[in-house]
Amino acid sequence: MMLTRAIPLWIAVIGGMVMLVSAFLKPIEGLGENFADAFNVIAAIASVLGAGSLLKSNLSSISRRDAGWGYAVLVLFTFIITLVFGLAKIGVHPSHDFPTAAFSGKQETPDTPFGWLYEYAMVPLTSTMFALLAFYVASAAFRAFRAKNLEAGLLLGTAFIVLLGRTFAGVVLTGWLPEWASGLRLENLSVYIMQVFNTAGNRAIIIGIALGVAATSLRILLGVDRSWMGGGGQS
Amino acid sequence: MRNVRRNFRSPWWWLAIAIGCAVGLILQTRRAHAADGVEAAAAAPAAESHQGIFNENRLPLLTWIIGIGAATTYFVARSRRGKPPTIRRIAALEAVNEAIGRATEMGRPVLFIPGVQDMDNIQTVAGITMLGRVARTAAEYDAVVEAPTCRSLVMEAAREAVQASCLAAGRPDAYQPDRINYITDEQFGYVAYVGGKMMREKPATCFYMGCFFAESLIFSETGNSIGAIQIAGTAESSQLPFFVAACDYTLIGEEFFAASAYLSGEPDQLGTLQGQDAGKLAVLAFIVIGTVVATVASLAPSAAWLGDFSALLQKAMGG
Repeated sequence: MMLTRAIPLWIAVIGGMVMLVSAFLKPIEGLGENFADAFNVIAAIASVLGAGSLLKSNLSSISRRDAGWGYAVLVLFTFIITLVFGLAKIGVHPSHDFPTAAFSGKQETPDTPFGWLYEYAMVPLTSTMFALLAFYVASAAFRAFRAKNLEAGLLLGTAFIVLLGRTFAGVVLTGWLPEWASGLRLENLSVYIMQVFNTAGNRAIIIGIALGVAATSLRILLGVDRSWMGGGGQS
Repeated sequence: MRNVRRNFRSPWWWLAIAIGCAVGLILQTRRAHAADGVEAAAAAPAAESHQGIFNENRLPLLTWIIGIGAATTYFVARSRRGKPPTIRRIAALEAVNEAIGRATEMGRPVLFIPGVQDMDNIQTVAGITMLGRVARTAAEYDAVVEAPTCRSLVMEAAREAVQASCLAAGRPDAYQPDRINYITDEQFGYVAYVGGKMMREKPATCFYMGCFFAESLIFSETGNSIGAIQIAGTAESSQLPFFVAACDYTLIGEEFFAASAYLSGEPDQLGTLQGQDAGKLAVLAFIVIGTVVATVASLAPSAAWLGDFSALLQKAMGG
């Protein structure tokens, strides 16, 4: 109980308090950064556990012949290939500063196998996943903008104005309005909606979030909320 | 000794420490400034004069922290005295049990995504807190929780939280560490894995609790396409519209941080929510007064004190 409860709690309390105080006291301003560095060290150590978990879960998936086990083979293959190219610095040229040292070059440059994998396999794949978002936005917008009631109708109308105002269609459709009514032009209406209504609502949410963060931090720092250690909050 | 321990657990004790620290800081800063002033008068260089230990630029922030801390402490103490606050019903949290029950009935897993950031992000901490609650209910209902993570530390924290929750539910056998695994740090690699898993295994319920970016809509639209009940919670204001559009329930901003306290029902935690509301009221008062003062100041430029007062209010808000 001591190891799983009391020690993590005290680490959280002391670490949190030090980071909080260091934000206000000039002599110990760097102390907060030290804790952040300590976090990075722990995260680096934990990455070994992550790699272990990745290997274990994929190997068991293959041995059980789970649905999609072929993907697990692919994951393991690419994981090992990338790890070997990255750690062994295969094909890396020595740096100009240390031309005689074999491992002095950087493996991130595109002319190395590791850099090539990143540049020509990783980047296109992630871009493809990101591009899917365009279709998801369209399908989500189609559902969200169905005018089922007054609120949904208002949402649809506002979205329509902003959408048109952000394209040339807005200029074409309402560009004929005289100068004294220029505020009603779609491009200006769009800016007005985004700067006034949208910003007001957004700021209200952000203030709530900031207070929520403060209250949650206090709950953790004072040990009132221990549910982040599991057990549904029971101490 | 028992009295000392009891006192140490009292919120008043913490409040006294906080006020003591604040007063000490302010006195120390003033003393340092006074010393600087004497030195500056004696031998010139003006640029060297602000060498106090306290970062004065952050005084408004410190004041807000102390104020909210004091309010929270007061309401925790009040709640402990038997006056717990009334909390409005949050539909998303009321639906948690129902959503997990659905997964049990359908014999499908519950998918929990704790965001794409590491444990140094408060949203991830709040997400892991929610995972603990969900895992406990799932253990009671005999449902399976799957939690793929994209950070090794998050995986470890999630495993600890789920294990402790299963123990607390009296079902240590329900803990399956292999269901909580690390995938990749790469954002869209993680998205690809989770999306594929959702399409193959068709979880009955999906929870998205943590910090999300572009992947929020990909997850929630995929979940929608497989007919899962989806409950989301995030403090990323730019992602909230996507979750609202695609999920059944969404915890918006502060509701996400209040979730743990809400579900616990413990007086101490509920008291902190009331402290949070007190902070919100104070901000609201500042905004209203500030708006009125700034408007009047712009209409009556001759009243310079109004402009000064408006600037003071702006500074108090950290502007």
